Amino acid sequence: MNLAYSVEYEAFRAEVRDFLERYRGDWPRGYAGGRPNAEMLRWQRLLLEYGYAARTIPQEYGGYGAEPDALKSRIIAEEFTRAGAPGGLAGQGISMLVPTLLEVGSEEQKRRYIPPTLRGEMIWCQGYSEPGAGSDLANLQTRGVEQGGDFVINGQKIWTSTAQLADMMFCLVRTESERARHQGISYILIPMSTPGIEVRPLKTMTGASEFNEVFFTDVRVPVENVVGGRGAGWSVANATLKHERGMLGDPNAAETRLKAIIDLMQEETVDGARLMDNPVFRDQLMRLQGRVLAMKFHGLRLLTAAANGEETGLARLIVKLEGCELNHQLAAFAIDVLGELGVLYGDSPHLRAKGAWQRMYMFDLGLIIGGGTAQIQKNIIAERGLGLPREPKVAVG
Amino acid sequence: MEFALSADQRMLQESVDRTLARACPLQRIRKLPADKSVAKDVWAALAELGIAGILIPEAHGGSGLTLLDAALVSEMLGRHVAPAPFAATAVVAPLALLHAGSPAQQTEWLPKLASGKTLAGIAISERIAGARDGAGVTASNGKLDGKALFVIAAGAPLCVVADRDGGLHLVHTASPGVTHIPLETIDVTRPPGELQFDNVEAEPLNSGDARAAFAKIRDAGWTMLAADTLGASQRMIEKAVEYAKERQQFGRVIGSFQAVKHLCAEMAAELEPCRALVWYAAHAFDAIPAEAALTAAHAKAHTSEIGRFVARTATEVHGGIGFTDLLGLHYWFKRIGLNRQLLGGPDRVRHLAAQMQGFAA
Ligand SMILES: Cc1cc2nc3c(=O)[nH]c(=O)nc-3n(C[C@H](O)[C@H](O)[C@H](O)COP(=O)(O)OP(=O)(O)OC[C@H]3O[C@@H](n4cnc5c(N)ncnc54)[C@H](O)[C@@H]3O)c2cc1C
Repeated sequence: MNLAYSVEYEAFRAEVRDFLERYRGDWPRGYAGGRPNAEMLRWQRLLLEYGYAARTIPQEYGGYGAEPDALKSRIIAEEFTRAGAPGGLAGQGISMLVPTLLEVGSEEQKRRYIPPTLRGEMIWCQGYSEPGAGSDLANLQTRGVEQGGDFVINGQKIWTSTAQLADMMFCLVRTESERARHQGISYILIPMSTPGIEVRPLKTMTGASEFNEVFFTDVRVPVENVVGGRGAGWSVANATLKHERGMLGDPNAAETRLKAIIDLMQEETVDGARLMDNPVFRDQLMRLQGRVLAMKFHGLRLLTAAANGEETGLARLIVKLEGCELNHQLAAFAIDVLGELGVLYGDSPHLRAKGAWQRMYMFDLGLIIGGGTAQIQKNIIAERGLGLPREPKVAVG
Repeated sequence: MEFALSADQRMLQESVDRTLARACPLQRIRKLPADKSVAKDVWAALAELGIAGILIPEAHGGSGLTLLDAALVSEMLGRHVAPAPFAATAVVAPLALLHAGSPAQQTEWLPKLASGKTLAGIAISERIAGARDGAGVTASNGKLDGKALFVIAAGAPLCVVADRDGGLHLVHTASPGVTHIPLETIDVTRPPGELQFDNVEAEPLNSGDARAAFAKIRDAGWTMLAADTLGASQRMIEKAVEYAKERQQFGRVIGSFQAVKHLCAEMAAELEPCRALVWYAAHAFDAIPAEAALTAAHAKAHTSEIGRFVARTATEVHGGIGFTDLLGLHYWFKRIGLNRQLLGGPDRVRHLAAQMQGFAA
């Protein structure tokens, strides 16, 4: 047990700090999500050049080509957070597609798609879920039929985040209709500009349109756009889901929220008394602080295991469930301490934190559902983590 | 940066685990109610491993290990619901001597504690949990009066006593004026007691900063109880999962019913982060003083909450047999229940955590 970083790592930390200071003027202050604008694209290129984005991706694909080092990645994240500097682009292309292509993509696919994705010039969306295939993803019905070197795709995807601004979709399509359900699926890369694709935004409870419906009518995509081989889409998709779950359970988000709530409770008053002086609120704050600390230290444990190349099994499997739930509870608590002010939204007078707590409270519910619902996470923890038997299959038909 | 147990620490934990599996199987625990004193056989087996002197410096005959090592032992004691005065005799009392005792007191007492031959209790509850039923000890002219409740290892010949004004004292419980009244609780594995003092001669433990010394022993006590609950809860989850894989109803093992499966997943998901919290609190005690008190408080409070959830849920997974004495699951349930209230229940400890940060007066 030793929480200090060695000299080599402290030197690395100093480099990161130095970089952030030197390029302070280049921080993309005007970028608020969505398609990266010019200043964000410039920032992303700078981060790629210095290895603060796509650090371990080989140079021939536009990455920095460093050896994987969990501690260095952690130091980069810590220093960016500490300085309040915007990190590199994330999103489904960088976080999910790129690791998948590196694992199972062809050489041609890696060279063609990874570099522009890393630069933020090629935006991706994930076309998995369908109206009849959510948790039961293998039930998907969008079909591709081969015709003269192309797949002709018909069907519908739903809940597709960022489809309205994406250039490309990585999509699961049933191409081998004669095979059993898990073996009949292919993982296909589809340009969103292909004729026959229609994107309809779905307004969500936050008031924004975070996701979409996507309709395919005779959409033609070359057969070589399949990743990992025809009919291998299920295992390719599972590789991607693994990356997604890693992305959704960030334990440090909770600490940032807790700090904001502490400030809030020290500044806001009701009947002239600070919220912090209300013993009920204070007790709830302390409960949440205990949870936040536990998850933070749990993160340290996982970090050490990753740095040592050890399997973490159960410890890793709980992060999505516990992390998303904790973030959601923090937002809920912030709303409660704000009382009636907690319901203000939009541009209302008396609004606090630009309505962020309500937005987070709603958005986080989406994260609890998306990427494998809480119930599906519990199935995974019980079956893979504790070795309990799988649900017996109900005979169909 | 390494937040993990060392190979030595894992070995220590395994050897305590093996020793306790041998020295206190459930049949041994079942004999406890008849025999109200400390289980000498179990303590002797632990002392043979050097556990009694785990925190005592080598110069005084101990092995000079860290609080994290002690927490790993405590976790195993909870796992085996072991009847041993470890937290008091091997952790809190030696730390009181190390942080508030004079060199002469240390030289006299530490080797005796390290050998495991002398046991020591701790009467510090009122200063942390608050005083009830008129409890509280006053010191004047080196004499103690009053009473202390929930004294851990109260039957021991030696006791570290905290008075109302922040002072610490070492008392020989055989001294004139001391009355020991055992307190029967739900947990038979570590019966606490009441000590009454009537003009009792005591040795002051007053070298160094009394407040800092008290904070040290409080944090160590909290961390030991949290680790004990961690070990007991972990064992309850294992028992529930094992049972869910065997027990059949409606023609299937109950672990294939999602309602049962999800209870197991929830227990595991809630307990797993407690492990890191306990490790961190113990490590902070050893190496990061600025974070020690707060993380010890949260380890105690949070692990108590999760422990209660695991204790009731694991029992529920067992159905009727979980409720019986036949299976003995209740020993773990009650162990977790006692740990929760000792040295302050979670609400009290969270209030103290808020005070430490200046959030409460
Ligand atoms: C904010 C957000 C963004 C998303 N982005 C994308 C995206 O970009 N691309 C994409 O493809 N998808 C996306 N999704 C879809 C997401 O993956 C699905 O919503 C999710 O997998 C659940 O599927 P479903 O909505 O069909 O719900 P269902 O599967 O119908 O679930 C309904 C309820 O039944 C429960 N349930 C279902 N099966 C079981 C079971 N076996 N055991 C126990 N309970 C069960 C669920 O837990 C849930 O409570 C997004 C979703 C959200 C909320």
